[in-house]
Amino acid sequence: MQETVHHAEPVAAAHAEPAASAPPRVRGRAIVVTSGKGGVGKTTTTANIGAALAAGGASVVLVDADVGLRNLDIVLGLEARVRHHVLDVLENVVPLDDALVTDKRVPALRLLAAAQTREKDDVDTAAFRDLITSLRERFDYVLVDCPAGIEKGFANAIAGADEAIIVCTPEVSAVRDADRVVGLLGDARSVRLIVNRLRPALVRKGKMLSVDDVNGILHLPLLGVIADAPDVIISTNRGEPVALDAGSSVGAAYREIAQRIAGTLQSAPEIPRERTFLEKLFGGGRAS
Amino acid sequence: MIEFFQRLFGKPASSATAKERLRLVLLSDHISLAPDVVEALKHDLVEVISRYVEVDAESCDVTFEQRETQVAMLANIPVLAMKARPAPRPPEPPAEPPAPPPPPGGLEAAATVGAAATEPARKPKAAPSNGRPRRRRRKAMIQGSPAPAT
Repeated sequence: MQETVHHAEPVAAAHAEPAASAPPRVRGRAIVVTSGKGGVGKTTTTANIGAALAAGGASVVLVDADVGLRNLDIVLGLEARVRHHVLDVLENVVPLDDALVTDKRVPALRLLAAAQTREKDDVDTAAFRDLITSLRERFDYVLVDCPAGIEKGFANAIAGADEAIIVCTPEVSAVRDADRVVGLLGDARSVRLIVNRLRPALVRKGKMLSVDDVNGILHLPLLGVIADAPDVIISTNRGEPVALDAGSSVGAAYREIAQRIAGTLQSAPEIPRERTFLEKLFGGGRAS
Repeated sequence: MIEFFQRLFGKPASSATAKERLRLVLLSDHISLAPDVVEALKHDLVEVISRYVEVDAESCDVTFEQRETQVAMLANIPVLAMKARPAPRPPEPPAEPPAPPPPPGGLEAAATVGAAATEPARKPKAAPSNGRPRRRRRKAMIQGSPAPAT
C-alpha cells in the first residue's frame, strides 16, 4: 500500500505515537477476533482485550473490518471522534495517522474505524493485508474485529493476521459456526478460544452447554471464559470497556485474557461460578 | 447418552440434547459428502466386497464417526459365506488374486472396515486406529440392489 503523505485534511490530527518516528521495532502481533456467527460478542471482545492490553502498557490499534456495519467505535465510546475510516486510508484519501482515533481514556489505544457507507467488496484483500502489516510495524498489537460470515469481509479480516481468537457462546449455532471458521482459518495461524456469555447456573442445571462441552467439539487452547453479566451491557451502553472497570469481575476476566495473550499469565482460565448466597446478598462476588 | 437422561428424568437435559445434536451435525458437516453420495458409497462397497465373499447386503451399515479432530468411516458388513473363488474379476485385478481364506467358522461374521476420511483443513493428527468391530442398532438401508450373491 502506498502511503502518500499529503496532509490534505489535518482534522483531529492524531499525534504520532512514540514508535512512529523511530525505526520499525520488533514486529507487533496481528490478531483477528472472529466467530462465524454474528452477535456472539466479537466487537465487545475486541474492544475489551484491546483496552486491557493498552492499559497494561502495550501500544494497540483496533481495526474494524466490518465495513458497512461499523460498531467498534460506538462500543468504545469513540463514535463522535471518527473522521476517516479504513477505506479512506486504503484509497489514499488521508494518511493513516489522520484516520487513527486515539482513545480518550487509554492513549496507547487507537482505533481505525470501518467505513459505514461502503461495502465489504470494496475492500481489496491484498491492500488490507498490507495495511495490517504496516500497522504491525508501529504497534505491539493489531486487533482486527472480523465481521460475521465467511465471505469477503472474513477473508479481508484474516488476511494479515497470524493469530486468531474465536469467540463462541455456548449455543449450538455458535459452536457449529466456530467449527467451520476454525477449518477455514487453516493450520498457519495460532487459534485460541474465548467462551463468551456463559451462565454458570444454567450449566449446573444442564440447561446450557458447558465450557468443556464447547471445547470438546472445538479442541482449541482456551484463552478465557466470560460470564454473561450485566456489567458488559452497562459498560457497552456507556461506551466504556468493562476491562477498564477495576471492580468488575468480567473486567478482571478480560484483563486476564490480555495477560494470557501477552504471555504474562500462565494459569489456566477460571470458569465463572455462581455467586454464593452471601455474595448475592451483599452484591459482591468476583465471579458472577 | 440421551436415552440415559430420558430414562432418568423422563426428559433429557437440554444441554445433553444440544451436545448430541451438535455432534451429529458436525459429523455431516465434516464429511463433505451429500447423503446420496454416502448411499452410492455404501452400494459400491457392498458390490466390491460381494466379489469375494457373500455378504448380507440388507444388514450392511456404513457410518461415520467423529474421533477428536478426524472422522472415521465404519463399515459393518455381515459375511454370510466365503466364496470358493473370487468370482467376477474387477476391470484391473491385482497381480495375485487373494487366496481363498480358510472356511468360516460360523455362518455369520462381522467385517469391520475402519478408514479415515480426512477432514479438510484441520490439523492432521496420527491416523486413527482401525475401527473396532461395532454393532449398530440403527438399521442401515441400502438402496439399489447390490451385486447379486451367487
